[in-house]
Amino acid sequence: MKIAIASGKGGTGKTTLSTNLAGYFAEKGEMILADLDVEEPNSGLFIKGETVYKEDKYKMIPEWEQEKCSLCGLCQEVCNFHAVIQLMDQIMVFPELCHSCYACSELCPTGALPMVPKKMGELNHFQKDNLTFVESRLDIGQEQAVPLISQTNEYVDKHFHKEVLKIYDSPPGTSCQVIEAVKNADFVILVTEPTPFGFHDLKLAIDTLKEVKIRFGVVVNRHGIGNDDVVNYCQKESIDVIAKIPNSRRIAELYSCGELIYQKIPEVKHQFENIERYIFAINKKVS
Amino acid sequence: MKIVFTAKGTEWDSMMDPRFGRTEFILMYNNEKDEFTYTDNRDVANEAHGAGPRTAQRLFELNPEVLITGNGPGGNAAVVLEKAGMKIFIGAGQMTVKEAFEAYKKGELKLL
Repeated sequence: MKIAIASGKGGTGKTTLSTNLAGYFAEKGEMILADLDVEEPNSGLFIKGETVYKEDKYKMIPEWEQEKCSLCGLCQEVCNFHAVIQLMDQIMVFPELCHSCYACSELCPTGALPMVPKKMGELNHFQKDNLTFVESRLDIGQEQAVPLISQTNEYVDKHFHKEVLKIYDSPPGTSCQVIEAVKNADFVILVTEPTPFGFHDLKLAIDTLKEVKIRFGVVVNRHGIGNDDVVNYCQKESIDVIAKIPNSRRIAELYSCGELIYQKIPEVKHQFENIERYIFAINKKVS
Repeated sequence: MKIVFTAKGTEWDSMMDPRFGRTEFILMYNNEKDEFTYTDNRDVANEAHGAGPRTAQRLFELNPEVLITGNGPGGNAAVVLEKAGMKIFIGAGQMTVKEAFEAYKKGELKLL
């Protein structure tokens, strides 16, 4: 079963929930945590495992071969991203804008734009007892997170059995990279904080998930601050609030020391039991 | 000499557009012929990706000696503009086109 942890607003507790749930479930058996927030992966701050495997990740980019080019301009016409541009007698390629769609390369009548691999980041695979942790990190200056997220998902699918519980720490927001991170999930947990900002972005995230037709539920983090808008909204829209993690200075302290919180704060563990029951009930319905 | 401006309208009194890639219009003044023309850039302004290089490509085709704009081009656009070899003056984003031209003549704008 695949569970993605997403949020809308940043800083609401995706990584806190992902790493703690991973630790909690790993006490019961084998499980996978994948950090798909490749622009700034930080689950690794809380999981100290041994490196099992690492590899560089590449995306395919067209490279102009001047001697083959007839300067017909078709490549720049078919590029939806203006990543290929013709300036007089030369073709310029902007690798950061390229979405690796191959259109320019495949349609070039003279084969003057072969696709070549360009490094975009690296994938790391760690092991800590029952917990497998996979993390990908985009290189500085790279603008496209989607290809790396997609390749990380492929890696996890290829190497681990589909029955094993997998948790995906997703990027914030509602952009392409979030959709790439959640689109293969069986269920998405949206973490929010009960503040006007949290509520606003939660609604955007809910709209996004409805659009892509993925089941989801809400976890309220830092419960006790802000107001009741999130909970009232979820009730009105028949969205399940799966757990409420209390606002607590102690949690913030543990987090800032890179420690997991569920072992030390009974109320958090109690809330995780709610999440576990909920997930297993869903898993039965899915399978 | 051909001078181009990034602008929100098509008149001397129009406001400058501080953005380079997503500027709504590209105005061009040829001071030898006293000729004032414009290019509608709103198709590019509304695109999700690659507005910078696309607008830079348009400027490359217009081939002016001077560009007057607001915030200045980003990295991708700058590569294209460099090939065209035009001088780029920035900091005129909050002016009218006329004021920007006067400021340029007085040497008050920053050369990139």
